[in-house]
Amino acid sequence: MVDLSVQLKALRLKNPVMTASGTFGYGEEYLDFMDLSRIGGIIVKGTTIRPREGNDYPRMAETASGMLNAVGLQNKGVNYFVKNIYPRICDFDTNVLVNVSGSTVEDYVQAAEIIQELDKIPGIELNVSCPNVKEGGMAFGVSAKALCQVVKEVRAVYRKHLMLKLSPNVTDITVLAKTAEEQGADSLSLINTLLGMAIDAEKQRPKLSTITGGLSGPCVKPVALRMVWQTYKAVKIPVVGMGGISNTADAIEFMLAGASAIQVGTANFIDPVVSVTIAEGIEDYCQRHGLKSASELTGALRLD
Amino acid sequence: MSSIANKLVLDFILYEKEEWPNSALMKFKTTEILPEIFPGQFVQVKVEDSPETYLRRPLSVNFIDRGNSCLWLLVQKVGPGTRKLAALALDSKVNMILPLGNSFSLPEPKKESGIQNIVLIGGGIGTAPLLFLGKSLRELGYLPNFLLGGRSAADILQLEEFRLYGKVFITTQDGTLGEQGLVTEHSILNEIQVDRIYCCGPKPMMQAVASLAKKINCWCEVSLENLMACGFGACLCCVEKTNKGHVCTCTEGPVFNINELLW
Repeated sequence: MVDLSVQLKALRLKNPVMTASGTFGYGEEYLDFMDLSRIGGIIVKGTTIRPREGNDYPRMAETASGMLNAVGLQNKGVNYFVKNIYPRICDFDTNVLVNVSGSTVEDYVQAAEIIQELDKIPGIELNVSCPNVKEGGMAFGVSAKALCQVVKEVRAVYRKHLMLKLSPNVTDITVLAKTAEEQGADSLSLINTLLGMAIDAEKQRPKLSTITGGLSGPCVKPVALRMVWQTYKAVKIPVVGMGGISNTADAIEFMLAGASAIQVGTANFIDPVVSVTIAEGIEDYCQRHGLKSASELTGALRLD
Repeated sequence: MSSIANKLVLDFILYEKEEWPNSALMKFKTTEILPEIFPGQFVQVKVEDSPETYLRRPLSVNFIDRGNSCLWLLVQKVGPGTRKLAALALDSKVNMILPLGNSFSLPEPKKESGIQNIVLIGGGIGTAPLLFLGKSLRELGYLPNFLLGGRSAADILQLEEFRLYGKVFITTQDGTLGEQGLVTEHSILNEIQVDRIYCCGPKPMMQAVASLAKKINCWCEVSLENLMACGFGACLCCVEKTNKGHVCTCTEGPVFNINELLW
């Protein structure tokens, strides 16, 4: 019997598989397809203090082995979430974390304080890395000084699990990872989407209304894997790896590179039950390799 | 109106195919029981072995034979993914998510509704969902008018099938079949009192139909084909601006009454 559970500091996941924010709605969208209790956790859609209409259509462009998106954090705001969505999802038998985004430090702090009051939400994922919103998000994720301030102030008010989602759109991700750790983040999730662009050659126009957007899917996996490895070596807090994970082998690779848990993102769109398939696949892998617990995989990359 | 059936991920086998230069009619069968599917709903088809086609392809349901678990799709070869699909050999396995989206609003049966003339307007591959819709209307006692438009005769597909369920009117831009011109210019629209329009096709065509419908004060539903990633409301990519703000065309559409749209 393999122990699939993993600990992200005090937060226990029944298995290392979570679903990534922005790819899993509020979990409800997947209830026809799968049993949410089969995975370690879900991170619900990016939530902001005020409602956001999101960017204009078109917001999506398919790329080789991936896609660009420019949704722009469309959501109805944290108060709507608390009143209308939370009551519907609070009894899901898995960890439900809320992804929180904002344009100012105050936005993040206020949203975190409101979500802290929700008993069944054991943590938040602070999104300082959305590349699709002009006035915010990524600005905090690419500057160590700005990141330091937002993590420090949210940490001062938020007492549950504080996961920080890092941007790959930086020169050295370990600088930001260490800053977040110093300011009290409990775990780091990475990577968010890579800033990219797509052009329609015939029309000679950009494919996205915002011109640039966030790249995700299997095409980003090697970059993500490298950043998880670098981050794992640079910090002591748990790392949650994501970026193009589409099957069990991908998930194992991220864990070997240092991830304590993983998030499945864009692959949910193509195969809505893939997160369950991966959770089962990890168990099978551990059995085949004689491991007693999935957590033994973390950082077990062999370099000899 | 809504999809009551749970969404499923099902494997189908391609058992029959009819191919044209730019499109293919593909008939699939499953060994499972097909969920209830309504006209206007769509499926998300997985394209195997095509790295440039990462996402599934949303295709509207052309026809259903639930008793035999058969489902038809009309595929226009527009990119690598749809070309790959159209090229599949018989007996190929194809994975689909279904049923997705809302559906066209069906009227009460004819003897109760007082509705006389229903026109189903399709442009190019947009005729695909109208066959299934026409059959459903016929079952409700109507004799639907199909107004089919294309660039040329080769774009007008499934004529025999349409004729089984109603009257067919055609326009082509080059005049190779039916009246020359655009669907909105067809003489039938002046000859009958149109009570209801259902429309699917390229956006400029649907917008022209919508403005015609508004001018003659006619009830009108259109089916949008916005680009989408998931097809079931998770990615928020396929939004259309409506009088309720941005809504997903995959869950609140693809069918909209023109009064909901900001056209």
